[in-house]
Parts: sequence; structure tokens; C-alpha cells
Amino acid sequence: MKFTLGWLKEHLETEATLDAILDGLTKVGLEVEGVEDPSAKLGMFKVARVLTAAPHPQADKLQVLSVDVGGPEPLQVVCGAPNARAGLIGVLGQPGDYVPGLDVTLKIAAIRGVESRGMMCSMRELELGESHDGIIELPADAPIGTPFIDYAGLADPVIDISVTPNRQDCMGVRGIARDLAAAGLGTLKNLVVPSIKGSGDCPIAIEIVDPDGCPAYFGRVVKGVVNGDSPEWMAKRLKAVGQRPISALVDITNYVMFDLGRPLHVHDLAKLSGPITVRKAKAGETALALNGKSYALDETMTVIADATGVHDIGGIMGGEHSGATGATSDVLIECAYFTPEAIARTGQKLGLTSDARVRFERGVDPAFLADGLAIATKLVTDICGGTATLAIEAGTPPSGGKALRYDPSLTEKLAGLKVAPEKQRAILTSLGFGIDAVWNVSVPSWRRDIDGTADLVEEVIRITGIDEVPSTPLPRAEGVAKPTATPQQAIERKARRTAAARGLNEAVTWSFISEAEAAPFGGGDWSLANPISEDLKVMRPSLLPGLIGAAGRNADRGADSIRLFEIGRRYLANSEGLTLGLLLAGDKAPRDWRTGKAQPFDALDAKAEAIAILAAAGAPVDRLQVFEAVSAGVYHPGRSATLRLGPKTILAEFGELHPAAARAFDIDGTVIAGEIYLDAIPAKRGGNDHIRVAYAPPPLQPVRRDFAFLVAADKPADDLLRAVRGADKVTIVDAKLFDIFTGTGVAEGEKSVAIEVTLQPADKSFTDADLTAISDKVVAAATKAGARLRG
Amino acid sequence: MSDVEQLQSGLLAEIAEAGDLGAVEAIRVKALGKAGTVTGLLKTLGGMSPEERQIAGPRIHGAREAITAALAERKGTLETAALDARLATEKLDMTLPVSTGAQGSVHPVSQVMDELAEIFADLGFAVATGPEIEDDWHNFTALNIPETHPARAMHDTFYFPDEQARDGKKMLLRTHTSPVQIRTMMSQQPPIRIIAPGRTYRSDSDATHTPMFHQVEGLVIDRGIHMGHLKWTLETFVKAFFERDDIVLRLRPSFFPFTEPSAEVDVGYTRDKDGRRIIGGAEPDGWMEILGSGMVHPRVIAACGLDPDEWQGFAFGCGIDRLAMLKYGMDDLRPFFDGDLRWLKHYGFAALDVPTLSAGVGA
Repeated sequence: MKFTLGWLKEHLETEATLDAILDGLTKVGLEVEGVEDPSAKLGMFKVARVLTAAPHPQADKLQVLSVDVGGPEPLQVVCGAPNARAGLIGVLGQPGDYVPGLDVTLKIAAIRGVESRGMMCSMRELELGESHDGIIELPADAPIGTPFIDYAGLADPVIDISVTPNRQDCMGVRGIARDLAAAGLGTLKNLVVPSIKGSGDCPIAIEIVDPDGCPAYFGRVVKGVVNGDSPEWMAKRLKAVGQRPISALVDITNYVMFDLGRPLHVHDLAKLSGPITVRKAKAGETALALNGKSYALDETMTVIADATGVHDIGGIMGGEHSGATGATSDVLIECAYFTPEAIARTGQKLGLTSDARVRFERGVDPAFLADGLAIATKLVTDICGGTATLAIEAGTPPSGGKALRYDPSLTEKLAGLKVAPEKQRAILTSLGFGIDAVWNVSVPSWRRDIDGTADLVEEVIRITGIDEVPSTPLPRAEGVAKPTATPQQAIERKARRTAAARGLNEAVTWSFISEAEAAPFGGGDWSLANPISEDLKVMRPSLLPGLIGAAGRNADRGADSIRLFEIGRRYLANSEGLTLGLLLAGDKAPRDWRTGKAQPFDALDAKAEAIAILAAAGAPVDRLQVFEAVSAGVYHPGRSATLRLGPKTILAEFGELHPAAARAFDIDGTVIAGEIYLDAIPAKRGGNDHIRVAYAPPPLQPVRRDFAFLVAADKPADDLLRAVRGADKVTIVDAKLFDIFTGTGVAEGEKSVAIEVTLQPADKSFTDADLTAISDKVVAAATKAGARLRG
Repeated sequence: MSDVEQLQSGLLAEIAEAGDLGAVEAIRVKALGKAGTVTGLLKTLGGMSPEERQIAGPRIHGAREAITAALAERKGTLETAALDARLATEKLDMTLPVSTGAQGSVHPVSQVMDELAEIFADLGFAVATGPEIEDDWHNFTALNIPETHPARAMHDTFYFPDEQARDGKKMLLRTHTSPVQIRTMMSQQPPIRIIAPGRTYRSDSDATHTPMFHQVEGLVIDRGIHMGHLKWTLETFVKAFFERDDIVLRLRPSFFPFTEPSAEVDVGYTRDKDGRRIIGGAEPDGWMEILGSGMVHPRVIAACGLDPDEWQGFAFGCGIDRLAMLKYGMDDLRPFFDGDLRWLKHYGFAALDVPTLSAGVGA
């Protein structure tokens, strides 16, 4: 909401400085978003007269002017404007002045060899308009040497405040003045409401058929108006707040809206036929609004119509057809009350916003219809002439202003600030509240937002100054702070820092992806109805699309080794699962003098990350089993897997990205990826038990024995390892695969698998016979698993 | 000179001249081996009379000891020389470059969330979470934002199609973390102290807004909690977070449908010599809005099934991305969600930079 200081002072008697007013506005909750003080920006530019204009000796298009700016000597100014001539009165900038439209600070300069001590300015150079055809020309009586903005009446600072949605009363200058007066920054002037002596009946009837949408419509006609330009004072204020003056009648409605927060509308009576009817739209009806657009209406929307059809979208925008024009002679002034909820619904449905909608949907003062109409009528007859008829007051506006029972001690209870009851009474009274001796408070009709005692507390403390509220420590529990992380949060933190410690960089990518990106993952269960773009539409069913996209962008920027992870949710039909996604691409190790050629990542690198992160997150990794992958089409079918606890609980899936999927994401080279389902990690049993299992190292050294087995080349290594480990559950504590060999000495279709078995003697050392017996068991178990001892 | 002395001096001279460990060993065998000369002398002791033995014994034993010692010493000298010679040939260019392995990093948003959890844990706040795909009752209605409230339109909400309504409630992406307030108050009895960090969404995209962003919600519900407690909590939090005591906060009256009274909070900044805004300074050069707050609206408390005459408290909400930017000096929000490794490595945090109160929550 914009207004000027001068406009404010129409309502506020004050000696306060601009700065004090700005501080006051923010303090009471009307946050100042910006101030434009023309005297700070343009105060230096002066009215000046061109005495002589002579051709520039070196340039055809330039002239050398002698300019009188009220000083003892005329100044020499080089000027290129076509309209520069002797006798012209214009606006001069002198050395040291900053020209905003050019972003230049003037200095004494030689222009094509002739000294110039200033510049005659155009409107555009002063950012006062677009005109740049020539320099500004002022009337002959403009006083030479005075600041231009004073002469032009532009010195009024423009203040822009942000008005919160609860304060429709401050969407008019008067409401702002009232708040400032309450805060001690002046006195609210009385509002003069003219009494209009209408002559003759209003020539058009007004019928309200839709009292739910529009409970009251007050109106009257002014006959014989001349709708020319609005007076300069009004046009200037409207321009200052960013409104383009249109015609006196339209400008008056805008002025009253910005001045008093009271939207109005004017109809050209000649263009209406039959009674004005306030009704719901019929299905299929359209309205051609003043913005030139046509809107399709439905039965929930309130419209202003006549016998021929819909004119206005009630309370939101007037119709193109019946608006006031220069030819308007008889005008119907509309001052109505529209139901806020209905306006909000209609505005949302139509996607149409306007200054009127913003005010009606927040709730205008329901007790200000007759006065608003009188003020508007007076302005019309003053400015446009004409004769006012009697007013029609159709319908009844809702009674505004509730009654509350208040206890002034509530201020201290809720806000922690003690304010003397008499001071509270003074504050509330100055805001328009009525208070009786026992604190029955009547809320002013323009304060629809006040509906409880907490609201009164807010009024008191915002006017007193919220800064006065004393900082009060929260009571502290005894002892040191207790741990607060939930088990899931602990898992997330451990997983994150483990991944980072292992060299992965954490990214955060969008929760929504495109349909195409979701497709390889079976599509998403949740697609936005109103996405910001098709790329950000489907809630991700997997973290991989975001990571693959990021990897692609990094590759395009020349990254040669990509290790990314993200922790976030994947969005499923009935849950949001905490997930760690990871992606490895490019070089695992760069070429190096020690290791030779660059080494690529492979799918087992993802397995290593998955196991390490799961272990850190507290998953029972000893019990994990490798199964095939389940996300068909995402991973290379032969180079992917899941890690499960039992056949059903999948804790991780990973592998080499399917070449077709990689191509769909437009990424080159091998991409290794995986997801760890942190939400599937079983909760640790037992509470806060820090006591570890007793430490009991075996008294005897373990014994290690190596075995080499020949198995079918496609035999999963894990089958053999499990068989070997299970061969003697008492003594075999570990079996490590340390070599795989194919080639010379190994038959085609077979591989040699070398395993180191660790045996732990209990209370006495193994005898040769013991060792032979265990070896035999190992070989037997391996044989049963389809292997044979390599001779 | 006796035979013994002669033998001894001869052997010692040979030992001194022995050029390698083999020569030393040969001398040892020649003198002290089974058939060695000194061994032979020792054997003669057995055939002597006690008197003779008393004279010859010490001499022969002395010779044996002297030779044994000389052999050991010579052996040691030669071994040291051999080791020195070998080491002189073994050289590694210690100026060669080495790889320290890939350097991972933690995203600033995660780091700041951990910092918040740490600070608020000290104030007794637990960390709560809630769904990001919310229904309009939790996101709006329960928070005193009825359907036609202008504030609802101001939220630029992402909606899901009507067919996906659950229990007659329209589904949407939460526009703020405030629905976690509702879920918390409905699921546990006061006193309540929680923070709720997480992803939030609004259909807004420009230099300072992204359609997805992070917020942290704070909620305290208890008996006798007032705005002074809110102010203290925010001051304490902001000072702890930025690790400066000279931070000035400015509370401005504002409006949120779910709090009454409401206040927006600005933090004072000063400019460094490069003109960058630095949070803090007893005499601020300007103010930056960092959070919204207020006393929980009695209607919100009632909507959660609690008695607003018994329970009152405060709530606040704050942008985490913005907190990170203000603390660590990023000036653009968009790269937060791009996954650019250069940015992640520049602004990210080492895995072991775990925020703790004892070491400082910042890194």
C-alpha cells in the first residue's frame, strides 16, 4: 500500500518528521517496504531560463546556451535538445547533481571543445516520465532558481508499506493515520462527511437477489456531470501511488478507495437498461471486465447485472460495457458490501485480482456505506458538476464490531508485558474501541480482524511497542540437556556422516521430478495438479533421478569423478520413506604414478558403500543376504542386487545403471547408483543400555588354512563361502575369499576360488588329526555346494 | 710371552682384520669351534694338576673371553656397516605427490539442521517431523486459515488432484512446517517443546525463492508461557547460532492466522569492509527479516483438543536455507539444490564437523 506524506497529513495532524513516521509505521506493524523521497533524489534540480541559444561551433546538432538559474552570472550549457531555444524555461542540473535517469553525476566538462556547466533535463532523465523528445518546458511564470520539485509539487515523499491481510482498515490512508495517532505520532483529524441533499428519486431501481454474496448496495445517480480530467491535486496523488489517472469519475472511485479503504464503482446510467440486479451469475454467462478480458462465470459468483445481462463481477472488477467514459452524463455511484468469503472464492476461481477484491475479501467497514457514498457524491458534484438524486439503500450491511469482555491483566499473562489498565484503555480508545467501566469492549466496525481477547492484547502491545516486552528465560530442566534425537534421526545422522567420511558429497535435489524421470521407477504415486513446470511435477518415487540429473550436470561441467549422495524421502502411496541415494560415476581413482591407469567404479563399489553405511546406521550387516534387484529397467540385470534381511526386508538396492536408463537421462559412461532404505532398518532393541557384552578374547591363537576350489564360473561366490563357513560352526570363525582365477590350469567354464579359513581353538591347541578332520569337513561342505578341491 | 698369550694376540689381530661376517665366523670356528685352538687349550685343563690349573685356568679362560668379545664386537661393526651400505641404496622420493582419498562433504542445509538440533536440545526442545504430503486440514484449517482466508491464497500452494483426497481432505504439499505443530499437539500432552525442521513447498521461483525450501518450526506449549519467553528463546537461539553475543533483534507486530499476538523478527547486521552483510553488531547498519513468530492462537490450541485457558505457548518458523546463507555467506539460493560438486565442496562441511556445544556449533 502506497501513500504520500502529504496525503497522510490530510488525516493526521502531526509535527513528526518523515523518519519518525517511518519508524512508527514499522513499530505498529505496518512494515515500511520503501520510501521515495523526491527531495533527496531531485531536490538539486532548479527551474532555469534559457537566455540565449547559439549554434555550437563544432557540432551541428548541439547548441551553446546561456542559462539563468537565478545566480549572479548566467551559466554556459551545451545542449543537444531540439526544443532548446532562447526564452525556454526548463530544469537545470548543475555540476555535482546526480541524474537518476542517466546514472551520471554531472561535472564541468568540455563538449566538443566548448565548456558546459550543466545540463537541461528531459522527463526521462529525471525519471518523471518516458518523454525524451526534448527538454522539459515549463510555463513562463515558473520562478527561476527555485527547486523544480517544489515548483512542480513533487516534493511529497511516497511511502510504501506492507499491510498484513488482517488489516483491511489500513488499506486506506485514514486507517494508517489512526494507527499512527494511537502510537502518539499526532492527532487523527475529524472526517468530514458531507450531507447530500438529493433532489428527486434515483432514476434506476436496485434489487438484491443475492443477499448472501452482497447484503447491501447503496447507490445514487448524479445527473449532468462532465467527466473530464480529474483535478491536478488528485491526479498527482494517484500518480504518486502508482495509479494512472483515467477520468475524473474513475479517479474519484480510486481516490476514495485509497483514502478511506472504501471501494466504489461508477456506471454510465445511459448504458444500463432496467433495474440494477445483484444476483448470482448463471452458468454460461460471461463478463467482459475493465481489463479487456472476458471471464466465464458460474452460479457461485455474484454479479451486477441489468435487464440485458452481466455488467460487473461484483466487488472484483467492473464491466467494460457500462463503465464511465468522457461521454458519460448521468452516473450511478455504487457503494456496496460484498461478503468477503464469496469474493475470495470468486477471485480464486477466476484468478483475477484487483484493488477492490483485495479490500472486499479482507472485509470493508460495513458501517461506512452511507458515509462513503456521501463523500463520493460530494467529490463528483464538486469536480464534475451535476445534480445528485436521492440515494437508494438496498439491503442491510452486516452489523460490524463484536463485543468482548476483556481483562487488562491478560496483557501480562499472554505478552509478559505489564501495561497500566488506564494506558490500555487510552490505546484501545484511540484505535476506535469503546470500553465501559467494567471492560466490556466494543470493537469498531472496521476491525473485522478482532474477535478475541488475544487480539486486544496484540493491539495494546503493538501500540505500546513490542520491543518493551521483557526477555524472560524459559524454565530450564534440571541437569544437563537430555538427548532429543529419535532413533530415526540418529540413523539419518550416522548414515550422512558415514557417507561423507567415505568421500561422498551430499546434494539436496528437488522432491519433484518429471513424469519421464519417474517412469523407469514405475512412475510416481503423487503428481501435482498445479506444478510450477512439467519438470517438477511428480513426487519422486526414488532419489536416483535427482542424483542422475545432478551427475549429468556435473559431467557437463567437466567433473571427472562424481560421488554424490542425498538423504531424503521417497514418496510412496501411503508413506514417505527416509532414503539414502548414492551415485558414483567417472573415475574411482584418477590415473596416478603409483596405480597407473584411471580406475572406473563398478557395481560392487556401491555394495561396499551400502554395507558400510548400513553398518554405521546400526543395521545387522552380518545377517544381510544378497538377492537380485527388483527395480526392473533401472539397473543392469547382471550387475545389480538387493541386500535383504530375510527374503522380504530390502535394506538396499544398487548396481550399474541400465544403459537404457542412463540414455534416457542423457548421461554418458558407466553410472553406479544405489539406494539405502533407512526406514527399513530394524529398530535396535533394548533401551539405554551402555553395558557391552563382557570382553573374552580366546586364549589361543587362531589357525589359518587356505583352500582352492574349482566351481562353475557362474556359481555365486557367496554360496561357496556360506558352505565353507557352515562346515564346522564351532571352530570356523571366518572364511575369506582372497582370490578368483580363470585361465591356464582351470577348465573352460570354471573358476578357481581361493578361500582362507580361520579356525579358533577353544581350550587346547588343534592336533594334526583335528586339523585334518576340519579340512575334510570344509572340503565335504564345498563339494556339496558344487565345488571340488583344486588339486 | 706364553703360548696362550701368543695364540690370543694372533687371533685378536685376525679378528680385527676380518673383512666380512664370513671371515669372522671362520675365525670363531678356528678358535672356539669343537676342534678350535682355544677349545683345545680348554681341554688341556682337565689333565693338569690343581696347581698348574690354578695358573693356566684363568689365562685360558681370559683368552676365550677376550676372543669371544672381540668376535662379537667385530660382528656388530660389520653388521652396522652392511646395514648402512644397504640403506644408502634405498631411497624414496618423498617429494612425490600422494592421494589422500576422496573428500566427502555434508550439505549446508543438513549441517544447519544439526546445529539447530544441538542448540535447541540444550533448551529442552526435541526434534519432531511430519509428512510433506499433507492435507489441507493440518496445513490450513487447523491453523486458523479457513478456505477463503486471503492468507491461504498467499501461500502459493501446490495441490494434488481432487481424486487423491484422503478422508475428504484435499492433499497438498505442506507450505510450511506449522502442520507439525498440529500433529504434535494432537499426539502428545503438554508440556511440549519441539523444533520441526524439514522440506516445505510453494509455487514460487525467482532469485530468492525456490519451489522447495527448508523451514524449521518451533513450538512451546505449557502453562504460563508468554511472549517474553518467546523473545528470550529467539535471542538465545540466534546468539548461539551465529555465535555472537552482540546480536540485536527487532520484533515487529505482524500477522499470522495461527498466532496472536504475532511478530516478525529482524536481526541487525553490520557491513564488513567489502560491503557484505554480517549478522551482528551492537549498532546495526540495517535489519534483515529472519523469522515469524507469535503466541499460539487459542483457536489452534482448541482445534488440537487442548484447553486454551489452561495451555498457552509460542511458535516460530524460520527459513533454514536463509539461516545458512546468512551464517556462511552464500548469496544465491538456487545452487543449494543443483548438486554442483564445486559448490558442495566449497560450502559443504567435513564429515567430522559434527556440531557440538563444547566445540561450537559452527564450522
